[in-house]
Amino acid sequence: MTRYVLKRLAGAALVLLALSVLVYALFYLAPGDPARLACGERCNPQQVAQVREQLGLNESVLAQYLHFLQGVFAGRDYSTGTAVVHCDAPCLGLSYQSDREVTRLVLERLPATASLALGALVVWLVVGVGTGLLSALRRGGPTERILTVLTLAGTGTPVFILGLLLLMVVCAHLQWLPFPSYVPLGEDPEQWAWNMLLPWLTLGFFESAKYARLTRSSTLETLAEDHIRTFRAYGVGERAVVTRHALRGAVPPVIAISAVDLGSMFGGAVLTESLFGIPGLGKTLIDGVREIDLPVVVGVVMVMGVAVVLAGVVADLLYAAADRRVVLT
Amino acid sequence: MTPRSEEHLVEVRDLTVEFDREGDPVRAVDGLSLRLGEGRALALVGESGSGKSTVAGALLGLHRGTGARVTGSVRVGGIDVAAAGPGELRRLRGGVAAMVFQDPLSALDPYYAVGDQIAEVHRIHAGGSRRDARARAVEVLDRVGIPDAARRSRSRPHEFSGGMRQRALLAMALACEPRLIVADEPTTALDVTVQAQILDLLHELRRETGTALLLVTHDVGVAAESVDEVLVMRGGREVERGPVARVLGAPSEPYTRRLLGAVPRLDGPLRPAAPAPKGEPLLEAVDLRREFGRGKRTVTAVDGVSLTVHAGETLGVVGESGSGKTTLGRMLVRLLDPTGGRLRYGGTEIGTLSERELRPHRRELQMVFQDPVSSLNPRRSVGESIADPLRAAGQRDETRIRARVRELLDRVGLEPDRYTAYPHEFSGGQRQRVGIARALAAGPRVVVCDEPVSALDVTTQAQVTALLADLQAELGLGLVFIAHDLAVVRQVSDRVAVMHGGRIVEQGTVEEVYGAPQDPYTRRLLAAVPSLDPVLAAERRGRRQELAVA
Repeated sequence: MTRYVLKRLAGAALVLLALSVLVYALFYLAPGDPARLACGERCNPQQVAQVREQLGLNESVLAQYLHFLQGVFAGRDYSTGTAVVHCDAPCLGLSYQSDREVTRLVLERLPATASLALGALVVWLVVGVGTGLLSALRRGGPTERILTVLTLAGTGTPVFILGLLLLMVVCAHLQWLPFPSYVPLGEDPEQWAWNMLLPWLTLGFFESAKYARLTRSSTLETLAEDHIRTFRAYGVGERAVVTRHALRGAVPPVIAISAVDLGSMFGGAVLTESLFGIPGLGKTLIDGVREIDLPVVVGVVMVMGVAVVLAGVVADLLYAAADRRVVLT
Repeated sequence: MTPRSEEHLVEVRDLTVEFDREGDPVRAVDGLSLRLGEGRALALVGESGSGKSTVAGALLGLHRGTGARVTGSVRVGGIDVAAAGPGELRRLRGGVAAMVFQDPLSALDPYYAVGDQIAEVHRIHAGGSRRDARARAVEVLDRVGIPDAARRSRSRPHEFSGGMRQRALLAMALACEPRLIVADEPTTALDVTVQAQILDLLHELRRETGTALLLVTHDVGVAAESVDEVLVMRGGREVERGPVARVLGAPSEPYTRRLLGAVPRLDGPLRPAAPAPKGEPLLEAVDLRREFGRGKRTVTAVDGVSLTVHAGETLGVVGESGSGKTTLGRMLVRLLDPTGGRLRYGGTEIGTLSERELRPHRRELQMVFQDPVSSLNPRRSVGESIADPLRAAGQRDETRIRARVRELLDRVGLEPDRYTAYPHEFSGGQRQRVGIARALAAGPRVVVCDEPVSALDVTTQAQVTALLADLQAELGLGLVFIAHDLAVVRQVSDRVAVMHGGRIVEQGTVEEVYGAPQDPYTRRLLAAVPSLDPVLAAERRGRRQELAVA
């Protein structure tokens, strides 16, 4: 198993390397001049050229990329024109626009994204798995039909519509909650939770639809298996059959897909973050792209990559722990 | 056990069970009545679709809540199954009557330890603490012969072999000390030697505890080994019933006679001896080997096998699961590449030919597969499936392909007009006929049949083997017949090779191998084959015990 993890991590490193190359290539293929944007509208051509020099944009693309790698593994120095700034490894570079260290920027934004993703995970596990289980048990009845309609509606509603609806109903109309604004967990846990509630519900409900369908179908599949018949034939009650035996079979795929979803959410749930003004990675990425801020874009994409790849490994490990028949090699 | 004269343990009166299949009612059981006294054993024998398993399910009320319509009365241990409340039903299930399912269809929960599953069931009926239930689970696992039961009780089902899982299911039944064990094909997917062990165990347990047994089986031999009475079923109705020796020894109904006649037996008639093969063999394997995996995990599936197949001759290959017989069969037609040894076909070394060089020979080396359900593409009409080898061999003329396929369908005993029908419209035996037609399509000279009849009922089995024999005589094929069933192999083969652990332990004519087996493994195999004669069965049970001690 240790072997497996090491193998996967080695693969992950390669994936991340390839990802960084891809982002660099895309960035230079796209139109736009970062130096002009960084300098501002009133800059004359000489000033722009100076900024370009400072940002290292006059070097070849390959040299820039190698510098980036050097920064990641060994750290590097930046000259800001007046002083030399040292950026420790792992250094993802300095933002073109704000001169801030990207590594620090990303770490600053990560908690907001993490709170959103983890909270949403809880919501979709409770709501999604619960709904799926209920509709599997009540299959053919009116409960299932209503749940099916709700799930379909959930799958079909874009997350920003759902979020807007919640905002309008809960905050504007009913006035149960103030309009959310992000408060860091370390500052005031209670306010943090109240303000995150709507974003959690929005993202969680949206994802729940998928999990409800997944849980329903895998529970039904397990219920049709032969070992279920064995326990019924031995007088095991229906509730125990479902909760002990059928649910047990339905859980592994839910765990595996949850881990992967959670991983990709660390790259930022862009729409949800924008809608609720959460200063997370998704918003950072969008701003970075708009401002042609290569180091920021690369930095966020790297974090996303790490999260997705790690989530994949974790998903496999959890799956193997949940279903002992799976052997990881 | 207190025998009660006024009521039998099982009383089924005029039982009828109907299912809805796509709107059409199907009557699975039709007015069946039966009785079983305390401590007695009854076998329900019949072909697939005869309704025997449906009867078994009805004893435990398993049709309740499934939409099946059950009429008539079923009383088990004084409980009226149709009217029983939930509590009574739970007491019945496991407490009074325990069901032993056929395992390979995974009758145990893959996610829990075997011991925990038995303990769970035991606690429902006996109550008590978890710890006591767990101890009881270990006790019964030990009783059914699971070695190191305390430790193995923590294993999950996939860590058990097929035979051990079947034992564990038996242990689950024993755990609650039921008065009746209902066993539904308890040995069907097991090797003969394991089957014999399970049947012997069942026999012993019943002698010890006095539990009654209702055995559901399609295998008359299994019934002869295990019960006092036999009830032959067909189409949901009773055909004949009586003491096992009478029904199997002197059946009064024509259907029973037909059923018994179709059962391959170790003392049945042999096929007329083929003239001793002369000249060059059609196919010759010398020291053929196949390994899977690399390094420490290398598994040698076939370990130096040498054999010959002549035109017009059938070579039977018998062995238990894992003996390497399928791997060997696949190598003989080069569906698998040998990792060592030589394979000559008609004087050419084909073991090392590239796929391209092999092309011209492909059509002459064909295979019939075990599972007629999954070896046909469900989305292609059977005619198209049969035409595939023709097209692969380069035939492009549609009219000729059609004509040839119709001819083949007719030859294997199917309606030529069913070209456009799909596999699901056929029965198991018919599908195997399609498989045979497909193998014959390109005009092969060697056909390897891998367990061609093991998924079929005995009567269908007899028809298919007869068809293969006819075709072979007519076309002068060299046939390799791979099977785990010694009686079937004996019936169809000229020569027999016995495989064990990737090697051929014994090879010779049918008379030699069956008449005077030299290898101890062959002797063990032969002793494990169930006999149709209950007296003989008891005798063989004794011999098996001797062999086990020795």
